[in-house]
Amino acid sequence: MKIEGKKNLWKEYQKEIADDKYFYARSCIRQNFFPASEKTFLQILKNELSKDIYDDAKHTTCTGIAYHTDIVPIETTMTVIARQFSLMTEAGYTNYVPSCITSFGLYTEILEMWEHMPEMETKARELLWKATKREFKKPENLAHASDIIYKFRNDIFARGKYSLVNKETGKPLHVVEHIGCHYAKMFPHRGVGGAEYPYVLAGMIEAFGGEVIDYPERRHCCGFGFRQYVVKANRGFSIASSKKKFESMSPYKPDFILTNCPGCPYFLDRWQYAISEMEGITYGENGYGIPVLTYEELAGLILGYDPWDLGLQTHQVSVEPLLNKIGIPYNTQTKYLGLRGEDLGKPQNPSVLKVY
Amino acid sequence: MSKITEKLKEDIRFREGLNACINCGTCTAICPAAEFYNYDPRQIAVDIQSDNEEKIIELLKSDTIWYCGECMSCKTRCPRNNTVGLIIMALRALSQELGYFTESEKGRQQLVVKRTVGEWSLQYGYCMYPEHITTHNFPEQGPIWDWERNNLHEVMERLGANYQGEGSGALRQIPQESLDELNKIFEVTGGHKRFETIEKFSKAKADEYGMSFDETQNNEYFDHIFVANHGNHTKE
Repeated sequence: MKIEGKKNLWKEYQKEIADDKYFYARSCIRQNFFPASEKTFLQILKNELSKDIYDDAKHTTCTGIAYHTDIVPIETTMTVIARQFSLMTEAGYTNYVPSCITSFGLYTEILEMWEHMPEMETKARELLWKATKREFKKPENLAHASDIIYKFRNDIFARGKYSLVNKETGKPLHVVEHIGCHYAKMFPHRGVGGAEYPYVLAGMIEAFGGEVIDYPERRHCCGFGFRQYVVKANRGFSIASSKKKFESMSPYKPDFILTNCPGCPYFLDRWQYAISEMEGITYGENGYGIPVLTYEELAGLILGYDPWDLGLQTHQVSVEPLLNKIGIPYNTQTKYLGLRGEDLGKPQNPSVLKVY
Repeated sequence: MSKITEKLKEDIRFREGLNACINCGTCTAICPAAEFYNYDPRQIAVDIQSDNEEKIIELLKSDTIWYCGECMSCKTRCPRNNTVGLIIMALRALSQELGYFTESEKGRQQLVVKRTVGEWSLQYGYCMYPEHITTHNFPEQGPIWDWERNNLHEVMERLGANYQGEGSGALRQIPQESLDELNKIFEVTGGHKRFETIEKFSKAKADEYGMSFDETQNNEYFDHIFVANHGNHTKE
């Protein structure tokens, strides 16, 4: 195929991502388990890229997890989303940036529904007014926070101190990526690369000097499955799905896993620990696990931020093997200290999974 | 058309989820739940299209409709643009409305979800909250989470969160006015009604079982449904 033809074909898989002036909507899961990732995202946008991003205090859960565990009707969810849009309108912004893939999928679903069924949008406006006396404008641009990092990946790398290259061998690190089901499986045209060639994370990895590893179960679900994790009796589904991915990726010896959704890094990190306890199996080198990063953590490492400022000490799978390969320095003495150097003790070691 | 199908068609997700299924089985091939559970999304589409009221009611009372993980991989792959995941959402909504959900082990779990994700959402504005995530209920959290929880305020501060603080930031205290608006939205859109329905039928089932039942997460019925597994859900 001629290059021009390829370019034309690829255009179908691009999405428009706003250049500036963003309204940021936080993720429940990311705030609980990866709060430093959200802090890092804002830091990169404000301090490195000089972007205007509004950190709102008044938004709530989008009810995405409640919706996909089926405890709320669609009318409730679309009206909560209408309220979030009202907060964006009130703050004077038009570009909406959620920090969560479940939210992103849901915002996309609701906007598509309103487009094709205007009576549902009318209903949402009536319900929101009845409940809160609020009105709203729909976003002109909806982009997941990772889309923004993807858009500015080359600028970030240009400002960076490190690249995804093994400092001993000089070869690119091998990276597997996991984009999260609701990023593009439901509405492929709303994600970079669509459902067939999702490129939002692969583009970052390549821009930062790494090599993306394809593997058979690359697009398999991490196993969250909403109710399949929330209820203890169902977690066999969840861990089995993650295990299927680990078994499939481990022969390719990935140096780390890069994730998009706030839930996926949690599951891919913690289920490695659980599998090691249950079956004595570890998937990394020499008894360690395969480190799992959020895209914000990766961008922060490339920019030279302190790994403990990025929250990497709160991963159950140690990230030090990855830091050593890249040549990123870290202080073992400050890993578990508080902000002002308070001694917070140390976590116990798992019984099988090796940790630093 | 049977009354039950008419009822299902009131749900926009049912109408959007089912066009003309050709029974090719692509949904079953791609489905993570079908790989783990005794679950066949293709069969769901077949049963629904049968318009057989007895069969559909049987489905609404079964474990089967609760196996899907709503990953929506079926949406991407169906050559006829059906989405069994959306059909499942309509079936689950109706199963709860009619009180059939308490007839299956997996369906009864809806009370757990309501008492956790649902109540935390309204109380805090977050669908989860670190104080309630314990390694007793979530042992896979591992020793690192015990360390975090033992030093919750200090660790959250170290990570740049604004835990329970005023203003913006991760895990901030969401203003009461915002929580009031969220509650009001639940009131006018049927969110509270769904919660009440889950509670009402769960209480009736607990009484039938002779198990204690109160508003907390510490009663015989809640403890039972959180972990109960009769062992016949999976393929092995």
